Amino acid sequence: MSSSSSDPAAATTPEPALVAPAAFDSVAASLGHLPAWWADLKRKAWARYNELPLPRRTDEFWRFSNIRGWQLAEPFARATPASDEIVSALRMRSNLVAEKTAQAVFVNEVRVAQDSLPEHLAKAGVIFDSIENAVLRHPALIQAHFMAQDSALGSEKLTALHRALTTGGAFIYVPKGVEIEQPLVVYHWAAGGRTAVFPHTLVVAEDNAKVTVVEFRQSASDTDTTFSAGVNDLYAGPGAQVTYVSAQRWSRSSLGFQGNETIVQRDGRIVSLGLQLGGRQVRTESHSRLQGPGAFSQMLSLAVAHGDQEFDQRTLQSHQVPQTGSDLLYKNAIFDQARTIFSGLIVVDPAAQKTDAYQSNRNLLCSPEAEANSLPGLEIEANDVRCSHGATNGRIDGEELFYLAARGIPRPAAEELLVFGFFEEVLGKLADAHLQSVLRDLIQAKFQK
Amino acid sequence: MSSPNTSDSDPVALPPDDTTGVNPVTGIDQTVGDFTYDVKYDFDAGTGLTPATIDYISAAKKEAEWIREFRHKALKIFESKPLPTHWATKDLENVDFSKIRYYLASGQKPKRSWDEVPDDIKKTFERLGVPEQERKFLAGVEAQFDSEAAYSNIKAAVEKQGVIFMNSTQALREHPDLFRKWFGKVIPPGDNKFAALNSAVFSGGSFIYVPPGVKVTHPLQAYFRINAENFGQFERTLIIVDEGSEVMYMEGCTAPKFTTSTLHSAVVELVALKNAKIQYVTVQNWAPNVFNLVTKRGVAMEGAEIKWIDCNIGSRLTMKYPAVVLKGEGARGEVISIALANDGQHQDTGAKMIHAANNTTSSVISKSISVGEGRASYRGLVHMPKHLKGCKNNTECDALLINTNSRTDTYPAITVKGGENFTQHEASVSKVSEEQIFYMQQRGLTEAEAMSLAVNGFVNDLVRQFPMEYSVELKRLIDLEMEGSVG
Repeated sequence: MSSSSSDPAAATTPEPALVAPAAFDSVAASLGHLPAWWADLKRKAWARYNELPLPRRTDEFWRFSNIRGWQLAEPFARATPASDEIVSALRMRSNLVAEKTAQAVFVNEVRVAQDSLPEHLAKAGVIFDSIENAVLRHPALIQAHFMAQDSALGSEKLTALHRALTTGGAFIYVPKGVEIEQPLVVYHWAAGGRTAVFPHTLVVAEDNAKVTVVEFRQSASDTDTTFSAGVNDLYAGPGAQVTYVSAQRWSRSSLGFQGNETIVQRDGRIVSLGLQLGGRQVRTESHSRLQGPGAFSQMLSLAVAHGDQEFDQRTLQSHQVPQTGSDLLYKNAIFDQARTIFSGLIVVDPAAQKTDAYQSNRNLLCSPEAEANSLPGLEIEANDVRCSHGATNGRIDGEELFYLAARGIPRPAAEELLVFGFFEEVLGKLADAHLQSVLRDLIQAKFQK
Repeated sequence: MSSPNTSDSDPVALPPDDTTGVNPVTGIDQTVGDFTYDVKYDFDAGTGLTPATIDYISAAKKEAEWIREFRHKALKIFESKPLPTHWATKDLENVDFSKIRYYLASGQKPKRSWDEVPDDIKKTFERLGVPEQERKFLAGVEAQFDSEAAYSNIKAAVEKQGVIFMNSTQALREHPDLFRKWFGKVIPPGDNKFAALNSAVFSGGSFIYVPPGVKVTHPLQAYFRINAENFGQFERTLIIVDEGSEVMYMEGCTAPKFTTSTLHSAVVELVALKNAKIQYVTVQNWAPNVFNLVTKRGVAMEGAEIKWIDCNIGSRLTMKYPAVVLKGEGARGEVISIALANDGQHQDTGAKMIHAANNTTSSVISKSISVGEGRASYRGLVHMPKHLKGCKNNTECDALLINTNSRTDTYPAITVKGGENFTQHEASVSKVSEEQIFYMQQRGLTEAEAMSLAVNGFVNDLVRQFPMEYSVELKRLIDLEMEGSVG
């Protein structure tokens, strides 16, 4: 229960901007060759972004968040295309997944590399292109699926900003019945001292299609400060299976937001796993909407927080029709003075009988000053359901450390091993063993820094 | 109490012309508690809240200047704070503060013995269903009638032990030093809007002081009720238990049915000094038009233990989150909560555990039942700041949904700093299985009886922790509430 004394003040003093007012000009200038509906969508979003306030302390969706982190002393400038030298270096570094179908590389929202699809997939109608190309070539698909859902977890302003400014996004479309075995890989790089990027990934899997998409979001250099407001849309049509794995590795001075909008239709299935490693303050919002009977969404997340990092995780499992399932598991390992916020909600609509929903947040506090906030919520309006949630906060088991110490393993290495053990439950839910090892390597790389 | 008997389609329901009020199925008189009768009030502050209201209350109660100032400051805080609707239900906006009577008192001096209690008030007890023998048994009963205590009979043995048990108004006059030391310290007026409101207009409530090393063997009880339309009750209870002492305090309420909303906003402060133990038991059954917005908090010093046992039935909206501030090493806090929400009711209840010392432990067990369109919400807070070690919390929330349109929510917030503490939270949602009901029906129970039995089974392990007479009452209340919920 807090006082509102700050609210009138917030209304009278202008709020600090996230991006320079000129940011939209460069986007608007490049809209000429794109259809009017797209330009219109962008302009409206920019106006909406300007209307909306920054998060306030009294916003329930921002409870425990570091609100001040969003009140910038100096707005970010939109990233400009990187030099050829940087681009070629980053293309070289875009090599994390060896076993893949194809990959695309974006640097500062410009697509700098794109593998062509194997012939049989291209013939079957699979699309792996940039969103701007798709706006021209497949407008109906973009209109149907690009940010078709409103943000429901507090980030209206950030998603409006993204909608207005995103120019670099990947579009993946898998037609009915087409199965792609090895993953499609997308790299979103941000390069430059203090720049803003708005990466987007849109995945549409039609009836009974199957696809795995892997996305890496990272700063080119540890000395860069990136502001990223990204969104990804995942759509699984009836019977479709989508696996979406993302790894976030912004530089440690970066500010990030990532919205994840998931829709699952009848008997569809989406497994999404987010790995949070970088950034100084990063907020993620994941919303799964289960819209057809038999739909299932698995929402997984792993975070390793060091130093003064803050990971702010908001999730929503919306069960809108009968007989749907969702299973959420968020695990955080927190070191130093780092903090995490997990705020999750399962909503079961009155019509959604026979819902089976689970939500679990497990935090491992690895230092005396590490902080975990956990807000696991339920809103249930149907009675024939199985819904439960759990949250635990604990530390690395002293006996386990001792066991490893007795075998000559020094404490930091032992801690790392135990964190891996803690994470293995989540990694093990990924069917692709190669992707598991890619993620393990990224986690290990963070410990070695 | 809701009256499920009005549904025409319900086979269990009584015909509307039945005036006995006794349900043929359970044999329980459902009209108990559904009444009001005329009382002549000597003091009536009228409707609405202004500084003049406060001066009126203060003058009527012949209060010291510092209390009057405290009230005025609290009023300013109340006026400056917005309704907490950014997290709480918008239904709060329906409380019309200008239409509430903030002070009514019949002007009677608290009574010492049963014989001195006026006949009309005895009649209230009759209607409450407190049997003659029980009145005798409940030796430590303080019965509050509207704003002032109408009846107060402290058991001689308790008095001999040096225990002070009286209403707050009297305690402010007779034990100002004891009172003032802790009054408003556990729950300052600025804590929240409704604590501020209570601080501005409080009257009645209990004051208990237990001196060091005294174990009060009899539970101390207070029955109180609201008896006037549009009349809010703002009792203020302060319980101080000195080193090594123990006390159990019980409060229970039944209230008449009214058509316009009433507001009940109490503040209860508990202080458990070193190694003291306090158990505070509430069984509450407000009328379905009451807004029940209560702030309850205890401070537990070194080795002390505070246990809130809280049962909420009835009311239109209850917002109540009993809290324990674990201030001394090894302190322990516990909340046991049962909530039942029927049609048109929202039970927004929970617990707060603020860990402020090493090796403190807390436990929250909450069970809620949503019947018909009732909504039960659990809202919890567990806080373990940094530099603490060896703190533990365990929270369990179970919700039972009876009908397809029943609703339940869970909103816990857990903050833990440092790797030396441990918390665990679990919640589940379920319904009464069709198999269970079928099994019981096979053995001759009606569906309603079977449902009642299942619900009583769901809360049974918690109900057993209530004092015996309360657990009996509770079982009856649950039976009543479950009627008409099936079929």
